[in-house]
Amino acid sequence: MKIKLTTMALTALMAAGPAMADLVFPSLSYRTGPFAAGGIPFADGYADYFTLLNERDGGIGGVPAKLIECETAYNTEKGVECYESTKDEGALIYQPLSTGITYQLIPKATADGIPIHSMGYGRTSAKNGKVFSHVFNYPVNYWDGASVGINHFKKQAGGSLEGKKITLLHFNGAYGKEPIPTLEALSAKEGFSLNTIAIDYPGQEQKSQWLQIRRERPDYVLFWGWGVMNQVAVQEASNIRFPMENFMGIWWSGAELDVLPAGDGANGYKALQFHNVGSDFPIFDDIKQYVTDAGKAAGAGDQIGTVLYNRGVYAAFLAAEAAKAAQAANGTKEITAAMMRDSMEALTIDEAKMAAAGLPGFGPEFQVSCENHGGGGMAAVAQWDAAAKTWSLISDFEASDSGIIEPLIMADSKAFADENGIAERCN
Amino acid sequence: MPEQIVFAMEVFLNGLMAGVLYALVALGFVLIFKASGIFNYAQGVMALFSAMTLVGIMKGQVPFAHVINVIFGTDVHYFGWTVPALLAIILTVVVMVLFAWAVQKYIFRHLVGQEPIILFMATIGLAYFLEGVGDLMWNSEIKKLDVGLPQGINEAIDNYTFNIFDYGFFIDNLDIVATLIAALLVGGLVIFSQYSKEGRAMRAVADDHQAALSVGVSLNFIWIMVWSVAGFVALVAGIMWGTKSGVQFSLSLIALKALPVLMLGGFTSIPGAIVGGLIIGVGEKLFEFAIGPMVGGATENWFAYVLALIFLVFRPQGLFGEKIIERV
Amino acid sequence: MFYREAGDFKTSYTDDNQTFPIKFDRYRYYVVLAVAFGIIPFLINDYWANAFLLPFLIYSIAAIGLNILTGYCGQVSLGTGGFMAVGAYACYKLMTVFPDVNIFFHVIAAGGITAIVCTAFGLPSLRIKGFYLAVATLAAQFFLVWLFNKVSWFYNYSASGQINAPERTVFGVPVTGANTEAWATYLFCLVFLAISAIIARNLTRGMQGRKWMAIRDMDIAAEIIGVNPMRAKLSAFAVSGFFIGISGALFFAVYLGAAEAGDSFGIQKSFLVLFMIIIGGLGSIFGSFAGAAFLVLLPVALKLVGVDFLGWPTDIVAHIQLIIVGALIIIFLIAEPHGIAQLWRVAKEKLRLWPFPH
Repeated sequence: MKIKLTTMALTALMAAGPAMADLVFPSLSYRTGPFAAGGIPFADGYADYFTLLNERDGGIGGVPAKLIECETAYNTEKGVECYESTKDEGALIYQPLSTGITYQLIPKATADGIPIHSMGYGRTSAKNGKVFSHVFNYPVNYWDGASVGINHFKKQAGGSLEGKKITLLHFNGAYGKEPIPTLEALSAKEGFSLNTIAIDYPGQEQKSQWLQIRRERPDYVLFWGWGVMNQVAVQEASNIRFPMENFMGIWWSGAELDVLPAGDGANGYKALQFHNVGSDFPIFDDIKQYVTDAGKAAGAGDQIGTVLYNRGVYAAFLAAEAAKAAQAANGTKEITAAMMRDSMEALTIDEAKMAAAGLPGFGPEFQVSCENHGGGGMAAVAQWDAAAKTWSLISDFEASDSGIIEPLIMADSKAFADENGIAERCN
Repeated sequence: MPEQIVFAMEVFLNGLMAGVLYALVALGFVLIFKASGIFNYAQGVMALFSAMTLVGIMKGQVPFAHVINVIFGTDVHYFGWTVPALLAIILTVVVMVLFAWAVQKYIFRHLVGQEPIILFMATIGLAYFLEGVGDLMWNSEIKKLDVGLPQGINEAIDNYTFNIFDYGFFIDNLDIVATLIAALLVGGLVIFSQYSKEGRAMRAVADDHQAALSVGVSLNFIWIMVWSVAGFVALVAGIMWGTKSGVQFSLSLIALKALPVLMLGGFTSIPGAIVGGLIIGVGEKLFEFAIGPMVGGATENWFAYVLALIFLVFRPQGLFGEKIIERV
Repeated sequence: MFYREAGDFKTSYTDDNQTFPIKFDRYRYYVVLAVAFGIIPFLINDYWANAFLLPFLIYSIAAIGLNILTGYCGQVSLGTGGFMAVGAYACYKLMTVFPDVNIFFHVIAAGGITAIVCTAFGLPSLRIKGFYLAVATLAAQFFLVWLFNKVSWFYNYSASGQINAPERTVFGVPVTGANTEAWATYLFCLVFLAISAIIARNLTRGMQGRKWMAIRDMDIAAEIIGVNPMRAKLSAFAVSGFFIGISGALFFAVYLGAAEAGDSFGIQKSFLVLFMIIIGGLGSIFGSFAGAAFLVLLPVALKLVGVDFLGWPTDIVAHIQLIIVGALIIIFLIAEPHGIAQLWRVAKEKLRLWPFPH
């Protein structure tokens, strides 16, 4: 058995030899498994944007972009296997799309020299570029999101949250527990009392949690869920007649598929977003023309303009912009992962670049630097209209309370650095 | 009346309702285990598959659309018609009967007489197989299931209890409907097994396969019948749970919620499934209400098992299960 | 004609009692060890290590552990995932609290801690039997996962609840962390597997193994002839816990590098290891290896065939993978309910007579 394996390994090695002439963007997607419904539109958006660049522009800087899709089913081990099988193909950037897989890949990708972009998920303290050289989480992270959410509620409450009760309903795992330190710090500063209620995977049954909310009658509820938890939470909230405008989910709990099952009861539900929603952008006309109508769409073509599809497009846009900048900075079309990393560290996204790509006002303006791998930390609030069945932004992209968040990021990244013996860079 | 006691009463009632929903899932397990000694891990996936089939038929989805599109390059997704709920349910029951027939013919006919753990593993294999087929047939997106069941807080109870306790109880309409349907289902099953010829034959098979064979009962037919009834029970459970959360993969995980119910009530007893479900439902909700906040919450998952374990220590075969007689 | 005992005379009790009395078996064993220790480390690369060899080695240890509990002693346990989590978290705490002690000792200590925990959760087996015990061990599974999620001490109060394995070296070569070489991690796990397999084989061949098998076959009769059921069952849980703990520690520290209790050690793990021992063959050490190889290689092979060779979309391949895995398990159970080990035994029997038919 083992001898057969090694000969297979040898032949595979020899067969996989030649250098790729394309720009390789692996897509660690989950089109199956418990979170498939959320993973499919994102993967479609990511793939469609690169297909558009190839069809319309002939690639990035004339070099075609090659997308290698690998199914992870949101499973950590499969994610690692996908990483190992694609990293030698000349992969430029990894977007693991799962906090668990991101944590796995942080040390591996750093050692292999390939940058990771964990956009709005993953390890929040990776914003500190001094410790995490190869991990980027621009434009925003969970702690920024929590802060922006609190600020929004503060405005809604008339300027002060003193004496209010805020409940964090969260997934009982790494992802759901991320905002707790920030919210605790904010509760000390703003004077509200914080209560956390955990929901165990899969969250199909949330009766206890919502009975507790109904008893305690918090003024506002923040929600950090993913998968079936989202639909059930929105349904239960509408069942107990919780005022939906006081119920806000993080950006992973704010897609169409999360609110449609609840029907009209979900009207007014809010969610944080870090990119714009809807299909009213020139890019989608191009996608329709060059990708969907040409039959090259990754999915069925009906997800264009949905929240998660847009997120996939945004992720691809950021990756493509970094690749373009890398080509310009190094004077060569065939960039390496190291060049990609340097380019990501110097990335600037402004309105001009977004409009040139067909995405005017699609996201916040931000800048990445050696110390700051997380961008400006700006997020907006969107609200669901159940009659029109659309999400729309009800605020601009606003900054978070960095005075609270920066020290927390420093502390967490320092702990990681101490544990793993990483020396600070950028000095 | 002190506030905590009123809250506890609300939690107690909701626990009873939740328990009924668990018991619905557990019923399917009990039926199959009683008649053939197989612990059917695939019951959860059967609930998912039957719910997916129901929604697929109702919406007029083309089965295996994705695969057809990939192989033939077409772009079909829907037939274009929709089927009313009742007719769709009947058609889904037909599909589940076909499934029962296939399972019996291709799998369990060949595994007669094997050890229980082998049969259990076969049902796990069946669960994987059915999940893959279900996903291929009807795709993995979330589908809204609407067969006309009401959802939302029951106003009458809310007002009534508010007048008495100064706090309106939250009882979901869907839970009330589920309880009624479960009662009807259990009643129907009990009448069927006690008073009909096939039901008596099923009980005979559950007692002793050899003896049933010798009096002329067709084992094959009984087993197909039992799997069909279990499939129907799975469909009902799938409809109840699917209405709450939309039909998607996580529906198959409700089987894990039913296992403590089985432990407690005994693997071979239909009333045991109901009583076990009620005890587990009330127990886990009350524990979460009273002790949960002290230990950080989210205790439901494991407390149900611990509760069942405590009962088992005193009655190793469950409350209503058959006493395990060992002969040396 | 080469697989015979004829002409093979033993002249000492030690020789008579050895594990592989037939010469062919012994030489085959030495060759396998030579290839595993001497040849593969030079041929291995990152992808094959991570995709197949490391999981195979680690799951083999877990399968040996569970086989002792379920195959030899007859106590069905679905708590394997939770116990692997105990091994992983124990290893993590030891690594961070005693950073100067070699990781080799930490893994063994993690195994020891898991043995204690497993024994504690094995106490219900004294009263509960059969499937009821299986479902009772699920209590251990869910409780342990909840515990590691909830009590922040276990993950050193990190904001996210994930544990990361810091870099540790053996003889100067890193075996945990990101800068490891494939051959180093492979050899590290192989050493543990070899030692575990030798210990397990000898335990099951000796008096302890016979006691376990007596309990499995008919525990009341065993008690009558003087086998103490409490000692036998609890020792099975303890030994099983030791191996599963080592496997969990290696899984976290060497293979994954970072883990979260609910994500990496959920109930799917328990079912996976149970599959391995049933397909491999209950009550057989070779069966543990065979089952682990089968279930680790199968998804990788299916993915290679489906995506790389046929170019189908990844989700269809993933669904077909599920279908094929399910179908293969069922077909296997129908064709050979006693697992690959039975096929191996039958093959050996035929080989002993070859070239004669009977």
